[in-house]
Formats: sequence, C-alpha cells, structure tokens
Amino acid sequence: MIGRSLRAFPTLLRVAVADMVAYRAEFLIWVLTTNMPLVMLAVWHRASEDAPVGRFGQKEFAAYFLSTVIVRLMVQCWVAWELTMDIRQGTLAMKLMRPIHPVLAYSAEQLAAIPMRILYLTPVVAVLVYAAGEKIAITDPAMAAIFVLSILGAWLMTFVIGVMMGTLSMFLQSAFSVFDLWMALHSVFSGYLVPLELFPPWMRTLADVLPFKYMLSFPVQTLIGMETQEQALRDLGVQWMYVVVLTLAARALWQRGMKKFVAFGG
Amino acid sequence: MGARYLRLFLLQLQMSAATAMQYRFDFLVEGLMALVWIGVTLVPVLVLFDARTSVAGWTFPEALVVLGFFTLMKAVLEGAVSPSLTAVVEHVRRGTLDFVLLKPADTQFLVSTAKFELWRGVDAVGALVMFGYAFRELGRLPSPGGVLMALVLVLVSLLVLYSLWILVVSAAFFVVRVDNLSFLFGSIFDVGRWPVTIFKGPLRWVFTFIIPLALMTTYPAMALLGTLAVETALAGVAGGVVFTVLARRIWLRAIGNYTSASS
Repeated sequence: MIGRSLRAFPTLLRVAVADMVAYRAEFLIWVLTTNMPLVMLAVWHRASEDAPVGRFGQKEFAAYFLSTVIVRLMVQCWVAWELTMDIRQGTLAMKLMRPIHPVLAYSAEQLAAIPMRILYLTPVVAVLVYAAGEKIAITDPAMAAIFVLSILGAWLMTFVIGVMMGTLSMFLQSAFSVFDLWMALHSVFSGYLVPLELFPPWMRTLADVLPFKYMLSFPVQTLIGMETQEQALRDLGVQWMYVVVLTLAARALWQRGMKKFVAFGG
Repeated sequence: MGARYLRLFLLQLQMSAATAMQYRFDFLVEGLMALVWIGVTLVPVLVLFDARTSVAGWTFPEALVVLGFFTLMKAVLEGAVSPSLTAVVEHVRRGTLDFVLLKPADTQFLVSTAKFELWRGVDAVGALVMFGYAFRELGRLPSPGGVLMALVLVLVSLLVLYSLWILVVSAAFFVVRVDNLSFLFGSIFDVGRWPVTIFKGPLRWVFTFIIPLALMTTYPAMALLGTLAVETALAGVAGGVVFTVLARRIWLRAIGNYTSASS
C-alpha cells in the first residue's frame, strides 16, 4: 500500500499542479484574502511612530507581519473543507475505492499549491528584504535549518488538524462550528493579529502551551531572528511533539470515522 | 405597490425565522460563535491601547465606538445581505434563477430578501454594549444632533454596503465563480474595524473613496462623538446615494446578460 502510494505520488502532484495553474485567477483571489497581517502592519506602524512597543519598532513590525503573510500562505490548507464536502456529498466513497489512501491524495492536492503560492509571494518577499532585510536571521545555517524544519512542522500540524476537522463531520452535524471556533482561537493565539509577546503574561503562558503558536508565530519569529537559538530549539521540540501526537489522534479518529461512514448513491 | 412589497418582505423574514427555529441547536451554537468572534475582534484593539493611550488621535473609547459600528455593519452584512446574495450566485451557476425571474415581483427584491440569519442579532447587541461602555468611559452622552447624523450615515452606509454586494453578485453573471470574491470582500471589509485616519496616504484614500469603509464605520462614529464636520457628512450621503443608483443600473444590465445554464 505504502510503496504503491509513493510511486503514485509524483503523478498526483503533477495533476494537482496542473489543476492549480488552470484556476490561477481564482487562486490569486484566495491568496489576496490573507490581507489581515498587512492591515495590522499599517496599524502598528502608525502606533510605533514615536517609540517602539517593547522589542518592536517600525522595522520589527514590518518584518514580523510580512513574514506572517509568507508563513501563513506557505502552511495554509483547505483540506478541512474538501473533506467535509466529500463526506457530505458522498464523493469520499469514490476516493476510498482508489488504491491509494485518500489522506495521501489530499496531501498531494495541498502540497501542489505551494509552488504557485511562492510565485505570488515573491513581491511580499521583495518588500520584506527591502524594508527589513537585515532582520532576516536565516543567514546563520543553524537557524536556517531550524526555520526549514519549523515550516515543515507547521505545515504538517495544519494539515493533520485540517484532516481531523474534516473527519469530525462524520460524527457531528455542526462540525463546521468546531472548525470556526478553532480558527477564532488560531487567529488570537498563533500571533496572526498581534505578536504574542505584546500579550499580558497569562495569555503568553497560554499561547506557549496551546498548539497555535507552533503553526505560525514560531516559524515567523525564527525567520526574523526574534528567537534565540536555544528558544528556537525548544520550540522545535514542542512543535514536533505536537506533530506526532496530532497525527496519532487523527489516525485514530479517521479509523473510527470510517466505521461510521455511509455514502448514498454513487 | 409599497404595501405589497412590505408584505412580501415580512413573509420572507417569517420563512427565515421558521427555518432557523428548526435547527435550534445550530442557532445556539452560531450565536455563541458570534460572541467568540466579537472577542477576537476586541483582542488587537485591547492590546494596542494597552501599549498606547492614543493612536493617530484616537483613544480607546473612541476606537471602541468605531468597532461598535463595524460590528453593527457586519451583523447586517452577514445576517441580511450576504446569505441571500450568496444564494443568487448558486442560482446563476445552476440555472435555477429562471424560476425567480418568472415570479411577478422585482427580481432584485426577491433575491435580496431570500434568506436572513437571525442569530446575527447577537452582533447587533454586542455593538450596543460597546457603545454603552465607550460612552461611560468618556463620561458623557452623544448629542441629539450627533445621534441623528450617525443614524442618517448608518442608513446610507447600509445602502452602500448592499450596493457593493450587488456589484459583486452582478459579476456572477459574467464570471460565474464569485464565491471566493465574496470571501475577498469580507476580508477587505474587516479593515473597517479601524478608524480610517490611522492609515496614511493611498491606503486611507482607497478606504474613503474606492471602498467607502470610512463612511460605514469611521464617519458614523465621529458623528456620534461630535467630531464630524457637517459638510463631510453631506458629501458622504451624496456619494452614497449616487453609488446606490449606479449599482442598481449595473444590476439591471447584468441580469440582462443572464442566460440559463440549461433547462
């Protein structure tokens, strides 16, 4: 099963990339919806005109929020919607018939979006380098390695959670509300709206424990050199622990869901 | 004529209420989620004004009034405007708009009142609480003239908001897939939670004239706070009315372009 899937994977990726290219205008619109960090950048830029807020001056805010756009778009995925739709409309049955695990097929679809996103992100990266180039910390090889691993970990966490949220709709009618709640918590505790260190202490402690930080803020802060190497290594440990735990949980949930799944029609 | 449309409107509203009552648990969950999202919109504002006493001349209670108007507008947008109009996109895609076109009433009216999400009322209540808290912090009440001006501006903004949506939906007749366009619209609308004068240069210009978010949240807030010049308010009203007329024209044109998908 695994060997066969791996052999099919490059083809799956090629098909998914072709699909992405065909709908490039639509895809661009999706990319443009991730504009909140840029608005927050404008707001904080104005607020730090006269004096920095904590460690954050205008330049740090620029580096932080531009990197947030970059990381968010790299790890974003919509597998939860795809899976929910496939379950509701019964099209999952078709995917289950194929000799390849549906989750693996979804992962190919999601991964295929990354090259296209990188293409759309080039202007953001250019502005980042121009506006706050010296803040980018990945010139140090150790930090560069940590950054790459952190992006990979963040992507895996986001994907696995997407699969879990999608699978929930096999059990719950209002699974979408659970996902909505998750997104609400994510936008606060991942550092998407506000750098986590500007929170009051109790919220920062909470953010350290919750998974959201490791899906966004941690790679961002590593990229712009706001984490020491020691801190970054500790965060990397926590992140990959989350990856393992979440993957096991998703697997268990999927297997239980499969026993319940019933599709109508064909 | 007017009475007939009023009756029709109430009937559509009643239908939405009946549907909502069928899914009582969902109604409750969605209501709670609205509260959670109000909390999320408050977080950046609270953090910002924890670090600064004023930003671009706005203090916390003043910014809270803007946020209140934002929440109110969002309640209308997501409760009354976007659910119906998302349904139009689906009609166009499937070709079922034929059935609506055949009905003996104005099509724009029928599609615009097709669906209401009543639990969005939670947002409206949230907005009122924000106003109450903000004016208690300020230690004064808005002047009657200010309240009147704010009400007029809110009405005009509602027209503009609705017209913007009609424009997005009109695009459906030409490009069909606009569900993501509506997401983009929603994400841009989010900018309205901030007083427009925080932004500088082209950004402020865009949000004042191109996508008039200033008219929807900042101007009503300034009216309520008593800092809005009468000329600005009048210009806003005039601009809003022109915009609405234009949107109706474009809708009529777009619907003339509709060809049924199949039947």
